[in-house]
Amino acid sequence: MTEEIIIAGFGGQGVLSMGKIMIHSAVMQDLEVSWMPSYGPEMRGGTANVTVIVSTERISSPILRQFDTAIILNQQSLDKFEGSVKQGGTLIYDTNGITRHPERKDISVYSIDAVEEAGKMNNPKIFNMIVLGGYLKIKPIIKTENVVKGLQESLPERYHHLIPLNQQAIERGMEIIRKVSES
Amino acid sequence: MERELRLMKGNEAVAEAAIRAGADGYFGYPITPQSEILEYLMGANPMETTGMVVLQAESEVAAINMVYGGAGCGKKVMTSSSSPGISLKQEGITYIAGSELPCLIVNVVRGGPGLGTIQPAQSDYFQAVKGGGHGDYHLIVLAPASVQEMADFVDLGFELAFKYRNPVMMLSDGAIGQMMEKVWLSPQKERSKTVPEWATTGKPPTRERNIITSLELNPDNQEKFNQKLVEKYNRIRENEVRFEEFQCSDADYLLVAYGTSARICQKSVQLARGEGLKVGLLRPITLFPFPSKRLSELAEKVSLMISVEMSAGQMVEDVLLSVNGKVPVYHYGRMGGIVPTPDEVVAFLKSKIIGG
Amino acid sequence: MAEVTGIKEIIKPENLVYKRTSVMTDETLHYCPGCGHGTVHRILAEIIDEEGLQSETIGITPVGCSVFLYHYLDIDSQEAAHGRAPALATAIKRLMPEKFVFTYQGDGDLAAIGTSETIHACNRGENFLIIFINNGIYGMTGGQMAPTTLPGMKSSTSPFGRDVKTMGNPLKMTDIVATLPGTYYVTRQSVHTPANVRKTKKAIRKAVQYQKLNKGTCFVEVVSNCPSNWKMTPVQANKWMEENMFPFYPLGDLKDPEKQSTEQK
Ligand SMILES: Cc1ncc(C[n+]2csc(CCOP(=O)(O)OP(=O)(O)O)c2C)c(N)n1
Ligand code: SF4
Ligand SMILES: [Mg+2]
Repeated sequence: MTEEIIIAGFGGQGVLSMGKIMIHSAVMQDLEVSWMPSYGPEMRGGTANVTVIVSTERISSPILRQFDTAIILNQQSLDKFEGSVKQGGTLIYDTNGITRHPERKDISVYSIDAVEEAGKMNNPKIFNMIVLGGYLKIKPIIKTENVVKGLQESLPERYHHLIPLNQQAIERGMEIIRKVSES
Repeated sequence: MERELRLMKGNEAVAEAAIRAGADGYFGYPITPQSEILEYLMGANPMETTGMVVLQAESEVAAINMVYGGAGCGKKVMTSSSSPGISLKQEGITYIAGSELPCLIVNVVRGGPGLGTIQPAQSDYFQAVKGGGHGDYHLIVLAPASVQEMADFVDLGFELAFKYRNPVMMLSDGAIGQMMEKVWLSPQKERSKTVPEWATTGKPPTRERNIITSLELNPDNQEKFNQKLVEKYNRIRENEVRFEEFQCSDADYLLVAYGTSARICQKSVQLARGEGLKVGLLRPITLFPFPSKRLSELAEKVSLMISVEMSAGQMVEDVLLSVNGKVPVYHYGRMGGIVPTPDEVVAFLKSKIIGG
Repeated sequence: MAEVTGIKEIIKPENLVYKRTSVMTDETLHYCPGCGHGTVHRILAEIIDEEGLQSETIGITPVGCSVFLYHYLDIDSQEAAHGRAPALATAIKRLMPEKFVFTYQGDGDLAAIGTSETIHACNRGENFLIIFINNGIYGMTGGQMAPTTLPGMKSSTSPFGRDVKTMGNPLKMTDIVATLPGTYYVTRQSVHTPANVRKTKKAIRKAVQYQKLNKGTCFVEVVSNCPSNWKMTPVQANKWMEENMFPFYPLGDLKDPEKQSTEQK
C-alpha cells in the first residue's frame, strides 16, 4: 500500500500540522512515512502545502507532482492541484470560500464543510482535525486509536488536554463528509 | 543502549545528532532553508546536559572562524549554513584545510547564483568537491539522501574529520533539510576528554609548543606540505569511497545521482523497470572521494549513463572522467529550485535510448 | 436624476487629498499587515518625488524583508549581499558624488553581519544616507534573534528569552555611530502614528539636504515592528513597541550639529 497525498490551503490553516499528525499516526502502525512541506516567505498568509506519503514500502521520492489524494482548503490550492490528482484518485475540499468547484469527472470528489463545523463546535483551531476525520472516513489507512497516539506524540504535553476535543473533531469529520461525484 | 525512533526534519536530525555525537560546539548564522538547526539547538540548550556550546554568530564569516578556533583546540566543532552563507565561509574553510584541522560543515543547498532562491538545489557540487576556497585542498564530502543519513553523517563526519585531520562537508539540500521522515537516533555519546597532541590547549613543560597555522613562506617547505596533503587525499580516495547501488546487477542503463536526486531516481528506476527497461542507479554517498572505480567497472556493463542533478551539470564531469569515454554519458538536470520528477527522468532516458 | 452624484464627479483634481506617490510602482507590497517597512518606503518615495531626486537616486537594498524594495520604488537600485550595502554605497557615491545615494537596512543586516561595513562607512564619513529599520528581529528568515533583540525577548533562536549573559546585550548601533566623527546627522524615529511619520519624513528630508551639502554620513534609525514574528496583532505590536522598544531605544536626535548651534544661540 502506498498513499500519496497533497494537503494545500492558506498558511496558518494547520495544513502542515495536519500532515504531521498523519505521519505520526501512521508510524504507530509501523508504516513508512515522509512529509515534505512547501517552505519560505510565501507561507506568511499565502499558500502552504505539504506532500505526505504513507506506505508499507521504503519511500523513494518524497517530492511528487501526481497524487492519489488531494486535500484542498482554498480556491488557489484547488486551482493549482485539481489537475495533479491521478486518474481515479480522490479530491476532498472544503467548500468555504470556493467559487469555482472541482470539474474533473475522472476522479472522486468529496466535500466537507469543516470551517463551518469548527465554528459550530466553537473552536476554529480544530478545523484541520475535522478535515482529517473526513479523509480517514474515505481512506481508512490509519486507525483512529493510532491518530490519538499520533496526537500524543506530536503535540507538546501542555496541549494534551485537548486530545479528546481533537478526537471528537475527527469523528465529526467522518460524519459530515459527503460525496459530490464519483470517477 | 537502544537507538531511539523519532520523526524529524533533516535539519532537526542534524542538530539532535550533533548533541548525541558529543559535539563540543556549534556556531551558526540564520539562513533559509537551514535555520532549524540553530533554532533546534537553542531550544534544546545542550549546555545544560552535555556542556555543548551553541552560539548565534554575527555572520557566517564569524561562525566559520569560531569553528577554526575551536577546531584548533582539538574540539569537535561544527557549523551549518546554506549556499550564500557557505560562500562567505570559504575563506575560513581553506584556512582550516591548510591548518589540517577537523570540523564538520553542513551545507543545506539552495539555488543560486547570488541570493537565488531558497528552494532546494545541487548547484554547489563544484564548490564543495573541487575546492571552494583558494589553494590545493579537498574536503571530504558526504551526500545524505534521507533524514536518517543527515543524522548518521554527523557522527561519521566527525569520525572522518578527526581520522584525517580534514574538514568534512555534509552536502545536503533544502528538500532533505525540510522534510520529515523516520530517524533512528544513536544513544548519547560522552563528549571526548582526550586532547589530540596537536591541539592548542596551553603548553605544559612536557611538550613543545603547538602552533596552528597555514602559513609557510619557504616554497620548498610549502611544496612538501602540499605533497603531504596530496598523499592524505590519496589515502582518503583509497579508503573512504562510499556508494549505494540500486538494481545495478542486470542494468543496461545507469542513472547516477546523489541526495534528493537519488531519491527521485529510485522511483524512476521502478517506473522504467515497470516498462521493461533494465535501469539501475548508482548513488555516490561520498562525493569526494568519488566512486570512480565502480563507475568505470559499470561502464563495461551498461550502454549509457545519465547523471541526474539539480544543477546545470556539475557531477556529470566526474562521471565523464570515471567512465573515460567507454559509454556515452548524459546530464539531466533541473535548476532554480525545481526538483525533477521521476517520470521526467524516465522520459529523458527513453529519448536517449531511442536517439542513441 | 441630477441629484445623484456619480463617483466620477467626486474624483476631480480639486478634490484630491491623497494619492499614490509617483515614485512608488504599481507592485503590491508583500509585507504583513501592520508592518512598518511599507510606511518607510512610502516616506522615501514621497521625498524622492518632492525633492525631484528620481533621476539622481541610487538606492541600495538589503537582504531582509525589504529585499524587494527595488520592486516598489521606481528608482535605480542595487541589491547588496547580506550586510554589505554600505560598501556598495561607498563606491557608488565616490564614483558619482553628485548623485543621491541611500542604503536601506534591517537590524540583522546592518548590526550583525554588516557591522563592519556600517561602522567603517560611518567612520570614513561617507556622504550617503543610511536608513536603519530596527524591528528587533530577523523578519525574513522567520523570527530569529537579532543583535537588537531586547533582553528577555523571545525569538526562535532565543526560545527562553534573550539571555544577555550568553547572547550579549542588544547593540545600539545608532548610539555607536553617533560617536564617530564621520557621521553628521544621527537620529532615531518611528512610523507608528501620523505624527511620528511626519517626524521621520522631516528627518529623512534633512538628511537629503545634508547629503547635498557634502556633510558626511547621515543615519536615520526607524524603530519598527514585526507583528508576524513577534506573534502579535498590528495593534498589539505597536503597543508593545511603545512600551518596550522605546524605553530602550529612545526616539529623538542623537546628533545634529545645526540644531545644536541654533539651540546654543
Ligand atoms: C550570507 C547570508 N547569510 C544569511 C542570509 C539569510 N538572511 C536573509 S534575511 C536575514 C536577516 C534579516 O533580518 P533584518 O536585517 O533584521 O531584516 P528584517 O527582515 O527584519 O527587516 C538573513 C539572516 C543571507 N541571505 N545571506
Ligand atoms: S515578517 Fe515582520 S518585518 Fe517582515 S514583512 Fe512581516 S511584519 Fe514586516
Ligand atoms: Mg529586523
